[in-house]
Amino acid sequence: MADYKNFDEMFGTGEKHREPYRDYHQWLESQDAAWLHRKSDEAETVFRRIGITFSVYGEEEASERLIPFDVVPRIISSREWSRLVRGIRQRVQAMNAFLYDVYHRQEIFRAGRIPIELIAENDAFLPQMIGVSPPGNVYTHVVGVDIVRTGENEFHVLEDNARTPSGVSYMLENREIMLQMFPELFAQINVQAVGNYPKNLRRSLGNCVPRSCKGQPVIAVLTPGIYNSAYFEHAFLAGQMGAELVEGHDLRVVDGRVAMRTTQGYAPIDVIYRRVDDGYLDPLNFNPQSLLGVPGIFDVYRAGGVTIANAPGTGIADDKAVYSYMPEIIEFYTGEKALLNNVQTWRCSEPDALRYVLDHLSELVVKEVHGSGGYGMLVGPTASHEELVAFRNKLEASPGKYIAQPTLSLSTTPILTKNGLDPRHVDLRVFVLVSPEEIRMTPGGLTRVALNKGSLVVNSSQGGGTKDTWVLEE
Amino acid sequence: MLGKTADGLFWMFRYLERNENTARLLDAGFRIALTRAADAENEWASVLTTVGVKQAFQEKYERMETAHVIDFLLRDPSNPSSVMSMIQSARDNARLLRTALTRELWSATNECWLTLRELMARPVRERELPFVLSTIQQQNALLGGTLHGTMMRNEIFNFARLGTFLERADNTVRILDVKYYLLLPSVSLVGSSLDNVQWETILRSVSAQRSYHRLHKGDVRPREIANFLMLDLRMPRSLAFCYSKIVDNLTHLAKDYGVRQSCFDQAETVFARLTDRSIDDIFESGLHEFIQDFIRDNNALGRQIEKDYRFYG
Repeated sequence: MADYKNFDEMFGTGEKHREPYRDYHQWLESQDAAWLHRKSDEAETVFRRIGITFSVYGEEEASERLIPFDVVPRIISSREWSRLVRGIRQRVQAMNAFLYDVYHRQEIFRAGRIPIELIAENDAFLPQMIGVSPPGNVYTHVVGVDIVRTGENEFHVLEDNARTPSGVSYMLENREIMLQMFPELFAQINVQAVGNYPKNLRRSLGNCVPRSCKGQPVIAVLTPGIYNSAYFEHAFLAGQMGAELVEGHDLRVVDGRVAMRTTQGYAPIDVIYRRVDDGYLDPLNFNPQSLLGVPGIFDVYRAGGVTIANAPGTGIADDKAVYSYMPEIIEFYTGEKALLNNVQTWRCSEPDALRYVLDHLSELVVKEVHGSGGYGMLVGPTASHEELVAFRNKLEASPGKYIAQPTLSLSTTPILTKNGLDPRHVDLRVFVLVSPEEIRMTPGGLTRVALNKGSLVVNSSQGGGTKDTWVLEE
Repeated sequence: MLGKTADGLFWMFRYLERNENTARLLDAGFRIALTRAADAENEWASVLTTVGVKQAFQEKYERMETAHVIDFLLRDPSNPSSVMSMIQSARDNARLLRTALTRELWSATNECWLTLRELMARPVRERELPFVLSTIQQQNALLGGTLHGTMMRNEIFNFARLGTFLERADNTVRILDVKYYLLLPSVSLVGSSLDNVQWETILRSVSAQRSYHRLHKGDVRPREIANFLMLDLRMPRSLAFCYSKIVDNLTHLAKDYGVRQSCFDQAETVFARLTDRSIDDIFESGLHEFIQDFIRDNNALGRQIEKDYRFYG
C-alpha cells in the first residue's frame, strides 16, 4: 500500500476510498494491472497521432513534446464543485469590477482599501486603457483559476490567470481519450460533460460584439504562430469554434475595421480572441519592435470597431502582488466576504513581511511578482544551501519583486506507476467564461500532476503531467 | 477563407503529390538498376533530372551509385525534393492549417509523417527498398482516401486539388521532357529491346502499365504512349486529365466567389491545347516545343493562382 501522507483525493487520509471515488474505485479494483498499462500506452500513441503536443523553446530535437497523461481521473463531487463555482464566480465578478474601476474612477484606491503604488509601479497596468470601456464592460472573457486543496474542506486559490490562460484543450482532449479508452466507465458513472466548452466560448465571445458588428459576429483566434508553446490549443479552439486562426500578418486595418486577408480580399473581424500578450498586440501603440501584432488595432478597439478578448490591460488583475489583495478587492466590489480563500501571502515589499520571509526562507515558497510557468521560483524546503543564499541576496536587493507563501501540503491523487498506484501532488485549473449575461464554469478543468514523487511543481515545462477531471452529476 | 490557408493547402498537396511521384520514379529506376545493371547509371541520371535534383546530387556524390541515389531521393534532408523532406513540409503545412482539415485528415497526415520518419530513420538498404516504397505508397493512399472520404467539397477541397493536379501535370510533363526522344515516331522504327524496356519504364513511372496494356492489348508503341500520357482523358496522370480537374476546381471557385479570375482563362487555354488536336498534330508541330510550352504555362498558372487568390500579403 502506498503511503498517503497528505490529503488524497481518492483515499482522504485513511485507507478507505472517499465517497466520490466509490464507483471508480470498485471498477479499478477489478481491473488487471497489465491491461491498465496497455491502455496507458495506447493513450500515449493516440495523443502522438493526433499531435497533441506543446512546443518547448530551445530544444531543437524534441521541439514538439507530449504532456504525460495519467489514466487515473481526479474526481470531484457535485457538492464540492458547487462550492467552487460560487467562490470562483464571486472572484471573477470582482475581478472585472476591479478592472473597470482601475481604468476609470479608481474608487478602490481613493477609498484607501489598497495602495495606489500597486498599479502605479506595475508594468501590467496599461495607461492606454484609461477611460476605455470594452463592449459589455467585460475585461476577462476567459479566466483560468488555479485551485489547490489541502484538506477535505480546504480549497484555496493559488493563482488567477486573467491574460491568456491556456490548457483548456488538454481538458477536452483528456476527456476524449478517456472516453475512447474506458467507455464502460462513463456508462457506469455519471460524469458531467465538458465538451460544450468551444460552443460556449463562441457564444460568450459573440455576446461581447463591438458596436460596429452587424449580423452574425465574425470571430478569429489570433496566435503568435506555430512556434508558440500553445499553438496546438489555438488551432484546436479555432477549429472547434469554426473561427479563423490568424496571425498578425494576416490582419490589417481597413476602413476603420480590423480585417483579415482572405482569398476574396480583406474581410472585417468583429471579435478577436487573442492569444498574444498585450505588448505584442499593436506595434504602433505598444511594443514597437513586435512583428506579431497589427499596426493600429488598438485605435480600432478604442473606437469600438473590434472586441479584443481578453481586453488589453487585464494583467493588472492577476499580478501576484494584486493577488494578495484579492480578499479586499472581493469585499469592496461585492460587499461579501471572499468565499474561496487565498493562500496566505507575504508581500516582501513590506518590511515586516520581508523580515519574516528572510527568517523562514527554508520553509516558504517565494515567487516573482510578475513571473509565471514556475520559473524564477524558490521552493524553500527542497532548495540547496546555495540556492537559499542566492535567493536571500535577490530578496534583499529588490524585495518588491517577490511574494512568499507557505509550502502547502497540496492534495494528492494516485497515478498509475510500474508498482501500482502511487500518490502525486495535483492542482486544478478551472476555466471560466465571462459575458455580460453570465459567468460560466465548465464542470471539470485541467488537473495538473507533479509526476516526480514528492514534487510540488506541476508545470508541464518542469515534469508535470495531466489527468482527466471528473465532476460527478448530483 | 484566409489567403494563407489557401496557400498552405495548395502547397501541402503539391508536396504530397511530389513525394509520391519521387517514390514512383525511384521504383521504376530501381527496376532498371536490378535488371539491367549496365543501364543503371543512365537511368538514375534521368530520374534525378526528372525530379530536378541532378545537379544537387552531383555536388554531393561523384558517381551515380544506386545506394546513394536511393538515400538522396528517399531521406536526404539536404534534398528538398526527397520523399522525407516533402512529407515533412506537407506535415508542417498541415500543422499550420489544422483548422481547415478534418480531424481524420490531420491524423492521417501526422501518422504518415510518424510512420515514414521511423522507417527512414536510418539509410534504407536495397533489399528493404521495396517494402519502404510500398509503405510510402500505402501512406499516400490512406491520405488520398481520407481526403476524399472526409473533406467537404468546398473551397478548401478546391485549393487542395489545384495543388495536386498542377504538381501531377508538372511531374508527367517532366517525365516526357526527359524521355521525349524515346517517343518520337522515328524511334519506333528502331524497335530494339532496349526501347521496349524504356517504354515500360515510362509507363511504370506513371503507374500505368496495366491500364496501357489493357487498352492496347500489349502493343507497346511510342505514339500510343505519348497519346496516353498527354491527351487521354481517362488516364489519371495524363496532362489532359490534370487540366480537366484544374478547370473543374477553378470553375467551382469562380461560382463560389462569383468572380472569374484570370488564372481561369489561362487554365482553359492550356486545356484547349490538350483537347483540340491529336497526338499526330503535336508530333507534326514538334513534341519538344509542345512540352517546353506546357512546362512554362503550367508554372505560370501556379503563379497566377497564388496571385488571384491572395496567397501572400
